[in-house]
Amino acid sequence: MAIVLDAVVQLGQLLVVLLLAPLLTGYVRMVKARLLRRQGPPLVQPYRDLLRLLRKEVVLAHSASWLFRVAPYLIFATTWVAAALVPTFAAGLVFSYAADMIAIVALLGSARFMLALAGLDVGTSFGGIGSSREMMIASLAEPAMLMVVFTLSLLAGSTQLSSIAVFMQGPVGLRVSLALALVGLVMVAIAENARIPIDNPATHLELTMVHEAMILEYSGRHLALIEAASYLKLLLYLSVIACVFVPWGIAVSGQGFAAYLIGLTLYLVKLSGGGLLLAVFETAIAKMRVFRVPDFLGAALMLGLLATLLLFVSRVA
Amino acid sequence: MALEVLLWCVAVLLGTGVAAVPAATHRLATSLVYGLAIGVSAIALATAGVVLLAGGPVASTLKLPIGLPWLGAHFRIDTLAAFFLVVVNLGSVTASLFGLGYGRHEETPARVLPFYPAFLAAMNLVVLADDAFTFLFTWELMSLSSWALVMAQHRRPGNAEAGYIYLLMASLGTLALLFAFGLLAGASGGYAFDAIRATAFSGHVSAIVLALALIGAGSKAGLVPLHVWLPLAHPAAPSHVSALMSGVMTKVAVYGFVRIVFDLLGPPSWWWGALVPLLGGVTAVMGVLYALMQHDLKRLLAYHTVENIGIIFIGLGLALAFEANQMPAAAALALTAALFHVFNHSVFKSLLFFGAGAVLTATGERDMERLGGLIHRMPLTAFVFLVGSAAISALPPFNGFVSEWLTFQAILLSPALPQWSLKFLVPAIGALLALSAALAAACFVKAFGVTFLGRPRTPAAQEAKETDRWSLAAMFVLAALCLLAGILPGHFIDALAPVAQALTGENVPRQEQLSWLMIVPIAESRSSYNGLLLFAFIALAAWSATGVIHRWASAATRRSPPWDCGYPDASPLTQYTAGSFTQPIRRVFGSVVFRAREELRMPPPGDTQAATLRVRMRDLPWDVLYAPIAGLVGFAADQLNKVQSLTVRAYLTLVFGALVILLMVLGIWQ
Repeated sequence: MAIVLDAVVQLGQLLVVLLLAPLLTGYVRMVKARLLRRQGPPLVQPYRDLLRLLRKEVVLAHSASWLFRVAPYLIFATTWVAAALVPTFAAGLVFSYAADMIAIVALLGSARFMLALAGLDVGTSFGGIGSSREMMIASLAEPAMLMVVFTLSLLAGSTQLSSIAVFMQGPVGLRVSLALALVGLVMVAIAENARIPIDNPATHLELTMVHEAMILEYSGRHLALIEAASYLKLLLYLSVIACVFVPWGIAVSGQGFAAYLIGLTLYLVKLSGGGLLLAVFETAIAKMRVFRVPDFLGAALMLGLLATLLLFVSRVA
Repeated sequence: MALEVLLWCVAVLLGTGVAAVPAATHRLATSLVYGLAIGVSAIALATAGVVLLAGGPVASTLKLPIGLPWLGAHFRIDTLAAFFLVVVNLGSVTASLFGLGYGRHEETPARVLPFYPAFLAAMNLVVLADDAFTFLFTWELMSLSSWALVMAQHRRPGNAEAGYIYLLMASLGTLALLFAFGLLAGASGGYAFDAIRATAFSGHVSAIVLALALIGAGSKAGLVPLHVWLPLAHPAAPSHVSALMSGVMTKVAVYGFVRIVFDLLGPPSWWWGALVPLLGGVTAVMGVLYALMQHDLKRLLAYHTVENIGIIFIGLGLALAFEANQMPAAAALALTAALFHVFNHSVFKSLLFFGAGAVLTATGERDMERLGGLIHRMPLTAFVFLVGSAAISALPPFNGFVSEWLTFQAILLSPALPQWSLKFLVPAIGALLALSAALAAACFVKAFGVTFLGRPRTPAAQEAKETDRWSLAAMFVLAALCLLAGILPGHFIDALAPVAQALTGENVPRQEQLSWLMIVPIAESRSSYNGLLLFAFIALAAWSATGVIHRWASAATRRSPPWDCGYPDASPLTQYTAGSFTQPIRRVFGSVVFRAREELRMPPPGDTQAATLRVRMRDLPWDVLYAPIAGLVGFAADQLNKVQSLTVRAYLTLVFGALVILLMVLGIWQ
């Protein structure tokens, strides 16, 4: 019986992330618009965008290959699975042991690999510029992320997000390492989600875009899938930060229905808090030049490494 | 029994090589040689597989009355040898299968066919050897037969130089191994491995042997800074031989290192566990950075071999660190990770070299800047190359990810090590490993994207034809293995358990009984990975997305010129090239590692002259290490040259002087 319930919760989680992801993006956009004293699009605009795109025809370039058509499905599927494996409102679900934090990072890597290839497929210079820059950013963001994982796993004795969440709910205390890891993780999350100051999700000014340049040739249902994947990715990173650094309220398997409900409510609160902070941060800062990005991510990498090393020192004391 | 079968296989291969000398120009020779190699290697593969899976600690030995009269030739198969024989013969079977199709395009079969079976036989023999003489003899046979294959197309520009440097580096490596075995055998001259195993070595001797093994086996495997020959020689050979050299021969070198350091040398010191992973980490990052700067597809793959050898040595070094500190379980995990990566790399590297070979046959080009759009002309080759690219970039659900994940898990155990230097060093090596994995993904986006995607850049690329069935069969077998080892890694890890058991006295928990076929290196609460479930999840998610979209979304599709922000350019030359793709990475990393400098010359406004961009890069290991040595050797040769043209009187004086000095030395000696 318990396993059935767990499976239902797992399925619920799968649907929750999918349904919430556009809402989160809509919320961030709305807050940003309000901060700029604009009215802004309504909260549900991303859902409408997706539906509109799904109804439109696909315009394919003559030089597009099968990879260009297959990639959106794979990108969406991989990102969705990765997002569903992160504990959002409940930890220790049936399939959460299928992948630890390293595997989740690598799954996102798979999605990015396909996206960068799709950017090169049509053979236009904008696709190339996007892919090239995206891979440069990833080559620094991934090690930085793994150093954060390293720090967390040293503390919690596990790379499983579920175990880390349960560990962090206990008496951990304030640690310098954790603060450094948090800053590092936030920096990586900003870079990975193509947010300001790394990239501007709203821009279509050719020479400054990274993510948008890769998907320039996409349209219709393919674009809808890729947009959905990027909504999911933002949700994923906010969920990871929430699950590790504010794990309170996450239900553990077998605690009953009420616990799940509390977990879900608190999860929504955490997401809105995270979205608010992201919007404020994005409004307050200017986009940086592409070749300043390595400094930014190099700092994240160093923070991660420093967090690990500080952990050794603090253990001696 | 198994040993006899394997030795017969080797004998048949050697016989084939000899018979191919007169018969190589015959019409059927290519099919016969490769067909025979497939059959014999398949038998050897099955035999080695049975020994490995039986997994007993018993090793069978055999002594043949050849070689040194007082020593004979000792052969032995244990689980370690069986594992490496599986790697060698799996590579041989697929390379020969590929060769069946690829070999038909060979211009000079007489330069390939006799050496190819000899090369296969030599690799088998190195792994089977059980005394120092046989080991070194077969090692040298392996080097020379592969050198002959590198020189098969010796008239192509650059190949002769590659062969020369390869020969020099191979000699250096064998020399180092010769000294290593000399030290191991000691004054009594116990060259049989059994005698060496029974001896205990002092700290100094084992340190020197470790250094010599790193030079000897490391130069063959491609450890930085001994890698210089590898990216020259591997691409110069015919593609299936490149695959064997990169995918398999480097693994035989790893075998040599493991055999000497883990088996013969006895317990390690802790600082070995700092030196070897550091070398591995530097090798991994340098290898992938070099690869990123390459435009030659085969050379890019060869540099990736350097990277992956680095990853393997990280695992091996961690195993040494754990073993030195009596942590056998952790040592077993690190060793299993390294060996699993040995297997994985041999699979996907062979696959990728076959793909490069297919592209080379179809277009006559190795330079990526002159390819493009091949996915339309060669869809099947493109598909398997994509699988190989994803596997080598350590992307789930393929096999490369699993072994790198296991290496990470071993790195995460490092805080338990008592030495402070190791505690600080190993996380930094973890960062290097992560960096190399991420850069590898960038590099293969470039390699696949520029070669197969986009629009064709030359008529050769435009008129490419899909490769033959034999080659495709070989590539599909390997691609299937990439996926299989990625989604069912537990079975492969279990097969490695007896090897880890024999070398570290412990093994990782058995994976077979775990529910849902997941893998758990230490304990479930610590970390677990389930490739099968992830694969099923992704497939299910993609399938449901497809279903929903086909049911409810618009299915209309229209073809049109590309959008490209409203300025589509008809010329394929405006596409991103390999050079422009890596420009950001070159600016970030290359300015430090390669001292890369860009010179942009823009004509003044109104001038229609073309603008030029020149990139200068320095190869620091070459400039710092090899160029001075080469200069020194040249200087010494010049000085000695003067002695060549003296008068008879001067020679007599020299002889007299030498005699007097010799007698004086003898007198003092007495």
